[in-house]
Amino acid sequence: MVVAVAEESRGADHARTWVEQAKASYWCLVDTEHRVADLYGMVNVPQAVWIDEAGRIVRPPETAGSTDHFRRMDMTTRTLAPELAQARQQARTDYLAAVKDWVTTGRHALPPDAVKRALPKLTPEIAEAHARFRLAVWLQRNGRAAEAAAHFAAASRLHPDSWSMWRQAADLEAVGKAGGPEFWARVQALGDKPYYPPPDLPGFAAPRKN
Amino acid sequence: MATILTDRGELTAATDDGLWLDAADAERATGWVLKPEGMCCDDLCVPLPAAMVAAGRVDVAGFWRRLGNPVVHDEARQVWALGAGAAARRDALAGDAAPDFALPDFAGVTRRLSELRGRKVFLSTWASW
Repeated sequence: MVVAVAEESRGADHARTWVEQAKASYWCLVDTEHRVADLYGMVNVPQAVWIDEAGRIVRPPETAGSTDHFRRMDMTTRTLAPELAQARQQARTDYLAAVKDWVTTGRHALPPDAVKRALPKLTPEIAEAHARFRLAVWLQRNGRAAEAAAHFAAASRLHPDSWSMWRQAADLEAVGKAGGPEFWARVQALGDKPYYPPPDLPGFAAPRKN
Repeated sequence: MATILTDRGELTAATDDGLWLDAADAERATGWVLKPEGMCCDDLCVPLPAAMVAAGRVDVAGFWRRLGNPVVHDEARQVWALGAGAAARRDALAGDAAPDFALPDFAGVTRRLSELRGRKVFLSTWASW
């Protein structure tokens, strides 16, 4: 069963178009407070967790099919070179194949010790960031945008690795800002660090740098 | 009246300065029960310093921080978020069952992860932004 959680602090209507186009037979849920990211220590979208029949996590939060190829986009034409576009598509296909493989054969499920080792490293700062983010979403929803912005900013300072917190706050400020010049500057500032760390699966080596 | 955001949901309660709640509201907000020996949850009791309890009311913000959890509030101290500390989140993630949650679908129907026990679940996030 697929559970697709929309991290969408603007509410369901803002994400509805995509869900309707997907004509999904699985669960599509709306998470205005990014509750799932808080519970599972997720920092970006798309990230996924695999859960077995007994309700155990068998793969920790990991990038679900996306890659860093977008960082080598031609910024004037906003396009990817064909070989990069193809590599990106291949990574999606490969990740989906791994998920299907797990469903039918159980392959790629990790033993409990390996899952524990790969879980996100949570800190008091991250915990406070999630509390501030939640407070900020409430303030935003109740017409107190200026006060909300201060808490969103504090949350991002406390948890700089969370792209979801930063981009959601940017989107609430203005639709499109989450992918605007400030976003690209932040991506640039990553340097050699990945935006989408590849999952620890066969065939998913770290993508080559520029 | 203050608004309190917790893992257990959103509630409103009468407060004094700060987040002093009567025992019933303290339990609604935290799941912990005020007893003579302190704040108790199942078999576990945490003693409260004298400064955190007065006339049947509990300094819930102080108590929550004492458990290692974050507490944040708005400027007017009327909206409070009682978060979960790093250790609590870590323990839940490393536990035997994936952390449970309930969220609405696009028709407004509440779905709970644990309803899917017995099936493999691919839990994935996405966003419009």
